Amino acid sequence: MAEYKGVMVLGEVIDGKLAAIATEILGCGRRLADELKEELSCILMGGEVAKVADEVIAFGADKVYIAEDSLLKDYRTDSYIVVTEKIVQEATPRILLLGQTAVGRDLAPKLAFRLGTSLATDCLELEVDTEAKLLSATRSVYGGNARAIFTSESLPQMATARQKAMSPLERDDSRKGETISVKVEIDPAEIRTNVIEKVKEEAVGIKLEDASIIVSGGRGIGGPEGFKQLEELAKILKGAVGASRPPCDNGWTPTTAQVGLTGKIVAPDLYIAVAISGASQHLAGCSGSKNIVAINRDAEANIFKEACLGVVTDWKQIIPPFTEKVRELMAG
Amino acid sequence: MNMVVCCKQVIDPEAPPASFSIDSAANKVIPPAGIPPVVNPFDEQAVEAALRVKDAIGGKITVISLGVNLTRDVIKKPLSMGADELILLEDEAFEGGDSWSTAYALAMAIKKVGEYDIIFCGRQASDWDAGQVGLGIAEILGIPSVTVAKKAEVINGKARVERVVADGYEIVEVTLPALITITNELGEARYPTLRGIMAAAKKQPIIWKPADIEVESSQIGAAGRRAKLVKLFQPVREGKCEIIEGDDVADTAAKLAMKLRGLKVI
Repeated sequence: MAEYKGVMVLGEVIDGKLAAIATEILGCGRRLADELKEELSCILMGGEVAKVADEVIAFGADKVYIAEDSLLKDYRTDSYIVVTEKIVQEATPRILLLGQTAVGRDLAPKLAFRLGTSLATDCLELEVDTEAKLLSATRSVYGGNARAIFTSESLPQMATARQKAMSPLERDDSRKGETISVKVEIDPAEIRTNVIEKVKEEAVGIKLEDASIIVSGGRGIGGPEGFKQLEELAKILKGAVGASRPPCDNGWTPTTAQVGLTGKIVAPDLYIAVAISGASQHLAGCSGSKNIVAINRDAEANIFKEACLGVVTDWKQIIPPFTEKVRELMAG
Repeated sequence: MNMVVCCKQVIDPEAPPASFSIDSAANKVIPPAGIPPVVNPFDEQAVEAALRVKDAIGGKITVISLGVNLTRDVIKKPLSMGADELILLEDEAFEGGDSWSTAYALAMAIKKVGEYDIIFCGRQASDWDAGQVGLGIAEILGIPSVTVAKKAEVINGKARVERVVADGYEIVEVTLPALITITNELGEARYPTLRGIMAAAKKQPIIWKPADIEVESSQIGAAGRRAKLVKLFQPVREGKCEIIEGDDVADTAAKLAMKLRGLKVI
């Protein structure tokens, strides 16, 4: 049996660019590899991905496996799993990391079952015991109410990392690494899903994940009209509008605005939570924010436990004068 | 259209956070007093997805639940919503499992059910939030899967699924049989009607023990785990919130804005 050694990450490439989550798991993977005194490798898969190989090395990888094929252009479970399985079986890494993204949350469990190993999803922290060479994975469970630490003896030890939970390394273009081109053999007949259309729903303006200020509304906003007021405030602040789950499920705002465990994970400088009670599953998506302001008429609302500044009042009373004051400040 | 939906009984995720507590010696969550368990909300929406297919083209819906101490009123809710049959994998041998052992037992039960075109699962259970069991079932049964779906229809013998991604959604076509996991964007699950509740009250769930689905006891429940839970704990929240108060709302608004300016965030 081959010896399992080293740390491997799957680096996602979106629209030809290395995704932020890829740099984050490379940073984490580098730290784990250094502690184990082993190598860090990275898989790049897609239609055209070779051009980001240098960047992957600059962010910490020693070795880059490049799998390019027109059949890998769109993510499809059946094509991606064949390629990943082949690379992992040949390279036999001790630890395999993916991002908790649309791709990672689909591919990682299926791959773990295929490889006969265990997986910890959506990890907040990853540590390694250098003696036992055991990965210790801290996950958020019970909708963010609790944390759980898992280990597994089965190899490779797999984990997906929550977005923005790990820190990337400083890009260092002087770093050296090796690239290996992987021969892709996919039988198109074995791909049982077909992506017919991709529908973009993102609101115009700044992307939620990239915004440094987010104005977010909850169930208490009461309807789509209220979100127009939040949009106005966000526009003045050059920020983006987010939401907790109820407004998205009720169609008051696009589902792409959802912040939380099952939506987007954000970590802006300022997160203004308006009429959001602070359910754990929502806090899981915004607790990394540097400053949280809570506006809620219920002084007992859970959101005040997470916020640094709070106003206890009906949002309809405070948002108009606050918007005007902010407009003044931003203009001056 | 033969459909199977996997439903898990969980501690109510909408229970107030203050009612949440852990037995740290046992590494277990203590069920909150006076708050009954519920069907995992994502699983309930998976039932809704199956019912929408049934409404459109007809079919049979079999619900499978695995666990111990399954509260009949709770676990029969899918029947009162309109599902046709309920199978319970209820035995202590199934307890304490992880994604591996749970997916294995459910997959073996589905094999015993026999005919299926679509298996629906919730995207994740609101207790362990792992999101692995559905994909595990698909892998064990060797069928394709589409995850995080907000819509699923059957058109010309294939499923057409809207799969939620970061910037919108993808329309994915998948051959059947297939496994589809459902996300909250599907919309609210229907309420049981009075007629549904009465019909469900008359139906008795079918109970299968490990031997009924021909599984090795070493592969199910706690014995079949591949992941070890080392520690379960509650994160510490700092809880230092400064409440801004002014003479009137205009004053409060101004103070808040100035405070944020002082923090150099606006």
